[in-house]
Formats: sequence, C-alpha cells, structure tokens
Amino acid sequence: MQDEPQKPYTEGPMHSTSPVIDPGLTFASVTDKISSIVLKRKTSLAWFFGFAISFALFQLMLLAMTNLLFVGIGLWGVNVPVAWGIDILNFVWWIGIGHAGTLISAILLLLRQRWRTSINRFAEAMTLFAVAQAGMYPIFHLGRPWLMYWLFPYPNTMGIWPQFRSPLMWDVFAVSTYATVSAMFWFVGLIPDFATLRDRARSKPFQILYGMLAMGWRGSARHWHRYEMAYLLLAGLATPLVLSVHTIVSFDFAVGIIPGWHATIFPPYFVAGAIYAGFAMVLLLTIPLRKFYGLEGFITMRHMHNMGKVMLATGLIVGYGYIMEAFFGWYSGNKYERFMIWNRMHGPYSLYYWALILCNIITPQFLWFKKLRSNLLVLWIISFIVSIGMWLERFVIVVTSLHRDFLPSSWGMYQPTQWDWAMFIGTIGFFFTLLFLFIRFLPMISIFEMRTILPEAEMEE
Amino acid sequence: MSDSDRHINFTLMRDHILALQDVETERGKKRYWRSLEELADTPLFREFVEREFPQQAEEWHDPIERRTFIKLMGASLALAGLSGCVFQPPEKIVPNVKQPEDQVPGKALFFATAAPLFGAAIPVLVRSNEGRPTKIEGNPDHPNNRPTDFPPEDPIRDPRGSSATDIFTQASILSLYDPDRSPTLTFREDIQTWTAFVGQMRSILDEQRPKQGVGIRFLTESIISPTLGALMKELQTALPQSKWHQYEPANRDNAFEGAKTAFGQPVNTTYRFDLAQRVLSLDCDFLAPAFPGYLRYSREFMARRRITETNKEMNRLYVVETTPSTTGATADHTWEVKPSEFAGLAQIIAFSVGVQAGTTRPLLGNEGPFAPGSSFDPNNSAGPVWIEALARDLQQHKGASIVLAGDNQPPFVHAIAHAMNNALGNVGKTVFYTDPLEVNPVSHRESLKDLIDDIDAGRVELLVIIGGNPVHNTPADLKLSPERLQKIAKQKDTNRIVHLSEFRDETSEWSHWHVPAAHYLESWGDTRSYDGTVSIVQPLILPLYDGKTAFELLAVFTEQYDRKPYDMVKTFWQTQRSGQGQTQAASATSNQTARPTATPAAQVTPAPAPSPSQDFETWWRQSVHDGFMANSAFQPKTFAMNSGWANQQTSPAQQSAAGTFELVFRTDPSIYDGRFANNGWLQELPKALTKVTWDNVAIVSPNSAQQIANARDNGGATKGREHYVPLVDIVNQQGQKITAPLWIMPGQPDGVVTLHLGYGRRLAGKVGTGNDGELVGFDAYPIRTSFEPWFTTGAKVTNTGRDYLLATTQLHFNLEDPKFSTEERDIVRSQTLEEFLHGTGEHAEEEKHGHPTLYPGYDYKDQAENAPNYAWGMAIDLNNCIGCNACTVACQSENNIPVVGKHEVVRSREMHWIRLDTYFRGFDPNHPEGVNFMPVPCMHCENAPCEPVCPVHATVHSAEGLNDMVYNRCVGTKYCSNNCPYKVRRFNFFLYQNWDQPTYQLMRNPEVSVRSRGVMEKCTYCVQRIQNAKIQAELEDRKVRDGEIVTACQAVCPTEAIVFGDVNDPHSRVSKLKESERNYSLLGELNTKPRTTYLSQLKNPNPEIKA
Repeated sequence: MQDEPQKPYTEGPMHSTSPVIDPGLTFASVTDKISSIVLKRKTSLAWFFGFAISFALFQLMLLAMTNLLFVGIGLWGVNVPVAWGIDILNFVWWIGIGHAGTLISAILLLLRQRWRTSINRFAEAMTLFAVAQAGMYPIFHLGRPWLMYWLFPYPNTMGIWPQFRSPLMWDVFAVSTYATVSAMFWFVGLIPDFATLRDRARSKPFQILYGMLAMGWRGSARHWHRYEMAYLLLAGLATPLVLSVHTIVSFDFAVGIIPGWHATIFPPYFVAGAIYAGFAMVLLLTIPLRKFYGLEGFITMRHMHNMGKVMLATGLIVGYGYIMEAFFGWYSGNKYERFMIWNRMHGPYSLYYWALILCNIITPQFLWFKKLRSNLLVLWIISFIVSIGMWLERFVIVVTSLHRDFLPSSWGMYQPTQWDWAMFIGTIGFFFTLLFLFIRFLPMISIFEMRTILPEAEMEE
Repeated sequence: MSDSDRHINFTLMRDHILALQDVETERGKKRYWRSLEELADTPLFREFVEREFPQQAEEWHDPIERRTFIKLMGASLALAGLSGCVFQPPEKIVPNVKQPEDQVPGKALFFATAAPLFGAAIPVLVRSNEGRPTKIEGNPDHPNNRPTDFPPEDPIRDPRGSSATDIFTQASILSLYDPDRSPTLTFREDIQTWTAFVGQMRSILDEQRPKQGVGIRFLTESIISPTLGALMKELQTALPQSKWHQYEPANRDNAFEGAKTAFGQPVNTTYRFDLAQRVLSLDCDFLAPAFPGYLRYSREFMARRRITETNKEMNRLYVVETTPSTTGATADHTWEVKPSEFAGLAQIIAFSVGVQAGTTRPLLGNEGPFAPGSSFDPNNSAGPVWIEALARDLQQHKGASIVLAGDNQPPFVHAIAHAMNNALGNVGKTVFYTDPLEVNPVSHRESLKDLIDDIDAGRVELLVIIGGNPVHNTPADLKLSPERLQKIAKQKDTNRIVHLSEFRDETSEWSHWHVPAAHYLESWGDTRSYDGTVSIVQPLILPLYDGKTAFELLAVFTEQYDRKPYDMVKTFWQTQRSGQGQTQAASATSNQTARPTATPAAQVTPAPAPSPSQDFETWWRQSVHDGFMANSAFQPKTFAMNSGWANQQTSPAQQSAAGTFELVFRTDPSIYDGRFANNGWLQELPKALTKVTWDNVAIVSPNSAQQIANARDNGGATKGREHYVPLVDIVNQQGQKITAPLWIMPGQPDGVVTLHLGYGRRLAGKVGTGNDGELVGFDAYPIRTSFEPWFTTGAKVTNTGRDYLLATTQLHFNLEDPKFSTEERDIVRSQTLEEFLHGTGEHAEEEKHGHPTLYPGYDYKDQAENAPNYAWGMAIDLNNCIGCNACTVACQSENNIPVVGKHEVVRSREMHWIRLDTYFRGFDPNHPEGVNFMPVPCMHCENAPCEPVCPVHATVHSAEGLNDMVYNRCVGTKYCSNNCPYKVRRFNFFLYQNWDQPTYQLMRNPEVSVRSRGVMEKCTYCVQRIQNAKIQAELEDRKVRDGEIVTACQAVCPTEAIVFGDVNDPHSRVSKLKESERNYSLLGELNTKPRTTYLSQLKNPNPEIKA
C-alpha cells in the first residue's frame, strides 16, 4: 500500500460511493493477497477445527450410505403415501443452492456485470460442491442403488432404452450436464490462476501439482485469446442450463398428477427459488469468509448490496408463486386442489407451511432497506433464514402434497428417521469438507480477473 | 501315546512269547490275540487294558490339563445343544423313474379336503405343487357351494359352484408351514419318543383300568368329527368312570340353551337366505366368518340383493346389535343397543311381531335403547315407531323372513328368535332345525366347571387335553390355571398332564407331555359342514414336524393303541354303511385321490353321486375325491315349541350404575379366540372396521372416549402423535383388571366397551408373542367370567395417562370437515333402491362418454389379425361387499406377499395388493349413517399415471390392458407409487420376504416371483392365472372362455362381488356388469380410465323408518 491511491474505477456516478474493489489495491497486491492465502499464510487453527468437524460429518454420511446399501432404504422414513421424503427434498435443495454459482459466472458475465468477478470463483466452487451433494441423493434414494446406471441410455444386452418420458430420466441428463459444464467452466476459469500459483509456489510438490493443473499456461497473447473465447463459449453454454436444470427438476413434480405437484407455475417459480436459495447460501458463506481472510477489499459492500437485491427480487417472485398456488387452488374449483391448499394451511404440517411463509416471504422484505442491507449481521441472518425457508418450501411441496392425496384411505404421515438426518447432516459435512479444502488449496477469488477491474487496468483506447 | 506306553520291555515280551511255545502252560491256550503285547500278556499291557482311556485318564491327574479338558467338554456340550434343537423334517429322495399318474412337473394338482379349524368345517380344494400344498380354494362341487338360484336370469351368475373360503381357511396354509410349530414330542421339556409316551400312558391305563378310569379326564374342544366322536364314546364305554369335558372360549352354549328353552333339546339351525326377503339379526354377526355356514349364507343373502333386468326386488336386513359389526355395516337399518337393554328390546320386538313373549308387556329402563329422535315412551304400548314398522315389515313377509340371534346373546334371546320364526311361519321355509353338528353338545361352562371342581377336589389323576389352550382362554372364575395343573401332578407325584397342540403354548408349558399336533393338511380325519354334510379330511403332505392327530392320541387309551387315523376313519364309515362292500387294506398315501383337473376353474360338473348299491371302496374313493359324502346332510326335523318360558326372563336387565361401563366380549375378527395368534397374515390383516393390525383395542363411542380420556381422534395426525392412543385400565365387577388401548368407533353405543379376545398370548410363537417376549395386543380373558362370558356390566374404565402405539392402515374415519368429505370426492357411491330405480342415470352417461382428449386411445379390439384380442377388466360390486377381508388374505397367499410386522405397518409400509377401504357415512361420529367397504386392487388404468414416470420402463402396459410390473427391471425410484392416485403400489423397503426359512420356501406359489428388497410390486390381476388359461386355450385352439380365469380375490369372495374377465367380449359377465347404470370409475375424473370399476352400493331402507 505504498503506492498513492489512484483514481478509483467506477461504473458510473451512482456507484461512486461503493466500489467493486478497494481502491487501494494494485496488480501486485491483488496477486499477493489472494495467492498468499494458499501459498504463504500459515494454516490457521480455526481452519483445522472447521475442517475436522466437517470431515467428521462427512464420515457420518459414509456410514449412513453404507448402512443404507446393506440394509435398505427402509432405514429412511419414506413410506407409501410419502414415497419421497427428505431425500428428494434435499436433492432439490442442494441443486437450488448450486444455482447461484453458474448464474453469477455465466449470466452476469454475459450481462457484463463486472462486480461478479469478486465472487464468481467462490460461487462456482460452491455450485460444484452443492451439485455433488445433490447428485448423491437420486442414486441413494433408489431401492436398488447399484442399478442406477440403468437410467443412462447405454447399449445393453437387455435391449432396453430408459423411458424418455420420465422426468427422472430428464433429471439424469439435466443434472449431469449441469455438473459437467459447471466443472469445466470452473476449471477453465482457474487455469491462469493455476499458472500464477505454479510460479509462486515454493515447494516442489505444489509446483508440480499446480503446474499440471495449469496445463502449460504461459500467458501468451494466443493463450489469452483462446482462453477468452473458450470462457465465453462456456458461459453461453452454461446460461441456458441455469434455467433448464431447475425447470427440469420442477418437472419431477409438475408432471405428476398429485395435487400440489401438478402445476404449470412450477418451472419459473423453481428457478427463481433456486437463485434465491443460491444467493442466500453465497451470502451465508461469503460474509464470514470475507471477514476471516480479510477480503473486504475484494468483496465490498457493493457486492453485499447487489446480492441482497437479487435475493429480494427472487424472493418476491417466489412469494408471488406461493400466492398464485393458493389462488389457483381456490380459483380452479378443483376439490383436490382446494383441499391441498387447505391442508397445507390447516393440516398436520401447517406449521411448516406458515414457517415457510415467514422465512421466504416476510423475512426478505427487510432487504428493501439499504440500512439493513448494509448490516452484515442482518444480511447473514436473513440469508440463514432464507436457506431454511427454501428447505421448508421443498418439504411442503414434497411431503404435504403426498401425504394426503386423492383417496383418504391411503393418507399417511411422514417422519424422517435418524438415518435421514444422518445423511443430510453428512452431506452438509461433505460440502464443507470440500469447501475447506478449496479455500485452503485454490485461490478463492479469481486473481487475474480481479486485476482486470483494478484502476490500473483501465486503458485508454 | 504318552511316553510310558511306549516303554515296552521287549526282552520281557520275548520271554513271554517264547514261553507260549510251551503249549501246556495256561497262556498257551490263547487262540486269538490283538497284538504281540496282548499275546505276551505283560503287566504293562494289562495296565494299558485296565485303563479305559489311558491318555486322558492320565491327564485327569494333571491339574491344568484336566481343566482344559473339562472346558472343552463343556464347550462341545453347549455347541451340541445349538445344533440339537433343530429337527429337520425327514427328506426322502426317490428318483422319479416312473412318473406317477396325473403328475406333470410344473402342473398343480388339486385335492379335496375340509378345513376343520373351529366349528363347522369349510370344504376346500387344496392346490399341490409337486407335493407341496400351496393354496387353498373352496370346493365348488360341495353341496354347500352350489350355484345360487337367485335372482333368476342373472347375467352375471357363475355357473360353477362357489370356491369361496374365509380368512382363517386361507391363512391356515401359513400355519402349516409355520416354523414355530412344535417339532417334537416332549416330556418336561425333553425330547421323547412316541413309544415312550405310549408306554407311560399304557402303564397309567393299566393302573386306572381296574378303577374304570376314575381318575382320567379328557378335555377337548367341541367335537364335530363323527369318527372322533365315536372314538370318544368308545373310550367312555371302556373307561366308564372317566369323563369327557369340552371347552372352547367361543362356544355355542347360549344357542343350545336357547334351543333347550324353546324346544327342550339343543338344535342346529340352518337358514335359507335365498328364500328370505326380510332378515332381522338380533346381534348376530352372520356375515362374519365365525358364524357356521357363513359362506353360503352370505352368498345367498347377497344374491337376493342383486338387481337385474328382471329382478327389481331386494331383501332387507335389520340389525340390532351391541357393537358395530360388518353385518351391521351391510344392513339397511342398524340400531346399536346396550347389552343390558338388549333382551328387553328383543322381547318388545317379539311382542310386536305377535309372539306371546310374556303375559305382561315388558318394561324398559329410562335410558331407552332407541335411536335418537325416536319418540318412544317406554310405558306406552307398542314400542317406538321403528319397532312397529319393523314388525309390520316382518309380518308382511311371513314365511319369507328370518330372525337370527347371535351366539353371544343370552339363551332367552335365542328362544325369542325361535319363537319369532315360529310366529312368522318361517320354520320349514327359511329356517330349519337339525340335530346339532357336535357329537355331544354339552354346555361348555358346565363341563369346564365339572372339571375344575374335580381338579380342586383332587379327583383328577390324568388330564388329557386335546387341542385348545385352556390355560390361556378359560374364564377368570374357572381358570385352568398352572396352580390347578400342578395340583394334578402333585397328587400322584407323577407326570399326568398331556397336551396335544400344534404349538408349544401356554397350556403345553404346564403339561408334562406335549404332543405336537398334525395340521389338517397333514392328517386323515372327517368333519361336518354347517348343515351336517360330511367331508373326509385328506392329507396333502406327510407331517412336517412329526405331528400326531387327535385320533392317534386318543387311540392310545383304547385297546388297539396303534391304530392309524386313516384306518379309523375308513373303518368307522364302513361300519356306518353296515358292511357294504369289501374292505381293502390300502396304505394311506396311495389312497390319496387326485383331481385330474389343473385348475379349479375348469371344474364344472360335479361327480355323479354314487348309487347306494356301489361297493364301499368305490363310494369311499368317490367321497374322498369329491371332498364330501353325497347326501350326508342332516335331515331337517320339526320340534314342538315349548310354552311358558317367555315369562321367566332369566336375568332381569341389569342397569349399569352411573359412571360404569358395560363390556362386550367378542372373538377377534382376525385371530378368533387366539388360536391364530401366530399367523402373520391374520395378524397383519386390518380389521374391517377399525383397520387396526397386530393389536386388539377397547372400542368405545366418541362420547365415551371424551368422557374417559378426553380423546377425540384415533391417534390423530392432527395432534402430531400419530398412531398413539390412550391406554386405559378396565376393571370388571369382580375387581380383575386389564389395560387396553382405547379406540373410538363411530356408532358404538355410549357406555359400552367392546373387547376382542385372543390377544396377549404369552407363548404364541415369534409372530404372536414377539421376539423379546413383548406381547401382541392385550389379553381380555382375565376379566371374562364364565357366568357372563359375552356381556357384563358395572366395569370401570380409567385413563392411565399413558399412550400406546397402534398400527392402523387407515387413520381417519372421514367424518371430518364436510367441505372435504369423502362424499365430495365421490369415492364410494351408495344410493337407495328407490333412488336407483327412479334415478336419472347421469353417472352412467358420464361413465360412457369419458373425457375429451387429443390422443387417440389404444385399440384393444383390433391388435392383430389372428390375435385373440383380450382386454382384461374387473368389476367390483360394492353392493355385495361385506368387508370380510378374504380377498386380502387370498391374494397374499396366491402372490407370495410378505408380512412386514407391526412397526413397518406403523410406517404405512404394509404390502397387501388388495386392501379393504372403510368409509363411514355422515358427519356425526356418534351416529354415522352407515359404513361402506371398498376393496381396492390395482385399477390397471388404461392411462396409467405410474407408467410414464418410471425412468427404466419397469412398469409397462400390455396389449391386453394389464399394467405390468417388471420386478427385475425396477430400480426403486418409487415415482410410480407417488403418481398413483389409488396408492395401490407396494414397495419392498427392506427384504421383507423370509428367504432363508425352508418351510416358507415350500409354501410359496412357484408361479409368482418372490420379490426382493428395493422393488415395487402391486396387483397383477393374477397374471399367472391369466397365462395358464391362455396357454390352455391356445392348446385347444379356442379363445379363453368367460369365467375360465378366476383371480384369487374373485375365487375367494363369498358374495361374488368381484368379477373378472374380458371386457372386449360384450357377453362376458364383467362386460355386463360394466354396462350397469351403477358402474363407475374410482376417481374417474382424472381420466386414468381404470379397468377396475365399481358398482355403487344399494340400500333398501324401510320407507316407514326414517334413517
């Protein structure tokens, strides 16, 4: 910080008060600061502590899965009216969380929202890890998980294709494509930074490791040219996926004929919900990280405000969805739909419904106020509540729709068992395990992209 | 060898051997020797021989070695015990060099026999796959099962006889293969041989014979078998001082006492429901399996409710009952009455009908037993409006009505019923009297009392208990308690109690000798059905566990103690037929007579009745083959009615004191008196009205529940305590107490608690008692007395404050918010006959036109040029369903459906492919308008919602319209179940099937896959039966005939409510039913186009009685 602060970068006069990057940073200091987390800084005790807890929970997940494989999915609370429980709920929840990353990376890139740069790497990593958690559920919720490959269209001696009319089939493609493209996007974006780490790493193994990951990046103009092209193409590819994945996940329900599932409103409302949940999770993780690693210069209040606004907007869309669901339940005159809404509001799971309304409609209204948006604690708490709210939303959709459908004789209740929770908590542990490894071994903020938004990078054409 | 043994003094030996050459010496005479050492006869060798186990004997003195040795011995003893308990059924391997006649591998054979489970026997045909009995069907040739003649020109009448059975008969196949059955004869827990047993019995007999058997007591259940009865009489003659006692907890004492009152002697009453237009049931549950003749009665009763083109009349059933029953649910008018007021009410009805039942008009208490709203002044003359209307209706149908009294009602009510039938001119027209089925119809109460008195007086020296479980099920005041049994033993200080039973139960525990009983499918015998028709009980398999029959056990006490049951039965009937024909000694197994046909459906013509001139052997073989003896039913008799009894009403109606409850005891709808407690199919069968499985409950009305425990809902999900109900203490007048879970039953009379007997078995087996000795249900016997076996007053019911977990399959009785009632959902349709005959038929129009769609439907009629083009479909007539649950058990038996256990049922994971849904009508839980039953199998929707959502094509549609499930392809996403609006799909959440139990492997239907963990399953319309019929038809180059395919649920249905067939054929019975205006699709508005459709229920209420 010896250099004199230069003219800060601004997008326009209205943002002059909250820049996207601390005006005091330079090319060198950006690189230093971000790469030092990986290369130089002593790994803090807190990191070990957090990692240990996450890792222990990760082991719990492995235990739960092993037991499940040996004994059967009867260990979970699923039953006959409610054949999907918190397994599918968690799948949708994790997939939803995985939405913010790609949205931030791809859509905001295409929309030239430069503020995305500070958070995209982190958000993308979060996406990948969340999708990894999500991906496990559809496999382990099967009665015979070892046969999951039957869902893929591969040439086989049985001469059978999968059933292409089934939304679960679409899920297989949607989720696997999404996971692949997100991973590629993330990795391609990391290549220049791998090269930086390779050049700066002091121990041989890390030099070799990062060297391999950098794939021979030398920073030549040709490399940059190709990189830019590839990145842009991947962004173009990823953009429709953001919309398609959750649309297709929503089809799992919308295609079903169960009242509470069979609704055309599901695709847009699921996508909005996913973005809502994703941003909540990004905020939930960014706020403590930023503080802990002193990254306030990179992730500024501007980001916080923007993310808050996105949450407010998507939250309103989601709220609109709830209102429309209730409206159509009444307006359709369909006895089953009417009962479904009545049952959500007054049935045995009404508590979940009202908690959901509180979490997802009432809480985000605080985000209208700039003052509250600026208070990181408030923002963090709101994000936390929204994350819970989105979990409840899926609970309401999956469980309350199923538990009382058409024939009252078949009505039942659903009670998750300890193994349900073990698996869920276990995936949270796995998620954080990956996240801890990520922040320790990879640059959590894109170094080279950060440099492009420095004032230094301003070039007079 | 230890070192010392190896030290042989060769020099000395050589000397000795050399000495042998001197033949004069004593040693020289040795001709045979084992070794040189012996020949030499050294001292060392002598020592070696003297020590039996030289090595170990030496170590015996070594402190460390000895301990190791004992340890090893101990361990091997313990391990020997582990394997010693298992007694494998003997297996005989015989190469099938000469194929037995009639036996084609893979083709099932059917044998006729009869199921003597309790009371009157059910004639059955048992399917045998390669010598293993696998499924029980009714015997359609049996005279009791002949086709119903009414209504005339019924388009759906089945030309065959009925192959119906009940839940107990269906489930008895599981009992045959029950691994908990007692495998060996034991003496004080030790395994013993039959010979040892016979030896001891003979020695006791030798001691008793001079005393004419004065110390011998036989305790049996009711004996219906003629041969067994003759054997008992033979025993009585041989040992005149011995006594024969009979006790069964659910006996017919009241009926016989009532008959004695009316006629002076016990009679068996049979009814002709096909001729009855009005029926009044006085607490008689005649549409439930425990009633003798129920199969025929329900079929004929329901035939009279079938409306056809020509027949527009229905019979009318009035039920007055003390607790809701399936019969009451079926009735056109049901009144719930407190037991204490019942007799009085019956008297009033009788009086109104014209019976001179008492010189004075009976009076009733202030709390009249009448339906709310009725304006009856008890001191006024004729009774409430409905009684008058009812009486008028009965009187208008003289000679065409029936009045029945339930076995649990006191003799007085039975006498009244007889008098009413008499007054209505029904006797000889719809009501017939015959001799009792029982060989010796004694009062069980008196008989048991005699026995208990004798035991207490020390007069019993040998007690032989044949069947039954008296230690568990005798009444509290006449308990055959362990103390009493011990008293018998102490008296002589010998081993004097013998118990024959299939399981080591509570009675076996206190008996010295426990003799395992043979299942009826393993034994020869004979029995009678409700009208007296004799059936030979024919075994289908050698005893799996070395079981003995009652014949064999009782024969031990006769001179010819080793007679075989087959010979006894045959000889008995030979004597009966007074020496006709010649005796041919033939072995038991070779006399088994197989039916040549492959399926029961194919049997149309009954075998011709043998003429009397036929020799005995032919007649015998014919009777065994047919499963009954032709023309052996009891002839109706006429009895003169006694008079004067009506004045002496036995016990004046006891009014309950305020705050106390009246108790009603009933046998359990699923496990009867407890004898079926170890049968998983029955335990898991949801009881028709409560839907409770694996438990019995104390049934109370909503008002009483409020009063006792402030409970409004049965384990209501709304309370968040799903499946939990309050536990209450019930104390009878004598102060005995039991604790039971409280269950609210709409329609139960206020202040009455109904308890079902048979649960709480301490030693029933792994199913009936649970693994860690946890009891299944509660035992109601401790508060049941011999003098008030069915009803009692003055009981106190208090809430314990604790909760109890109940496994129910249907939580709500749908008397919730009217806005969302079942009626709005149009699930069960019920209308009156009047409404139907003058109805608009709008539903029918709706059903025919279907829903508009852009997609052309699949054409099931024109699939291929030469294809038979079938389209399978089912019609279920709700008008005929009596909620007997037989379809559920039959399906379980046919389709290898596993039992999941209580805790899985709590999690709603029961596996039944066809379930019985129960809906209460009306909005007042205390006074529901009625109950509707609805059997729900898979609907086989043409637009099946389950099919497109399966990602792996595991559930697909067949060209014949079946919704097929491909187990092998299923990966278990469960999406199909979620998307099924009828929720008929069942998922194997765990490995529910017991794959390891060898006996269960014998039991399973080889034509149906045994499903593994993680796959979905559901009703297939018994696709294996469809395929069998199609193969047969193809071989004969014809189409499958209508009625040739009978699904398991259809075959077992006593009222023919389920009809299956080809809906492409407009002449098939199922098509004709679907043509009916009453036909409707369940949830038809979803446009699933279900192949299973329902016919709405019709009620025929008396227009003079307002509901």
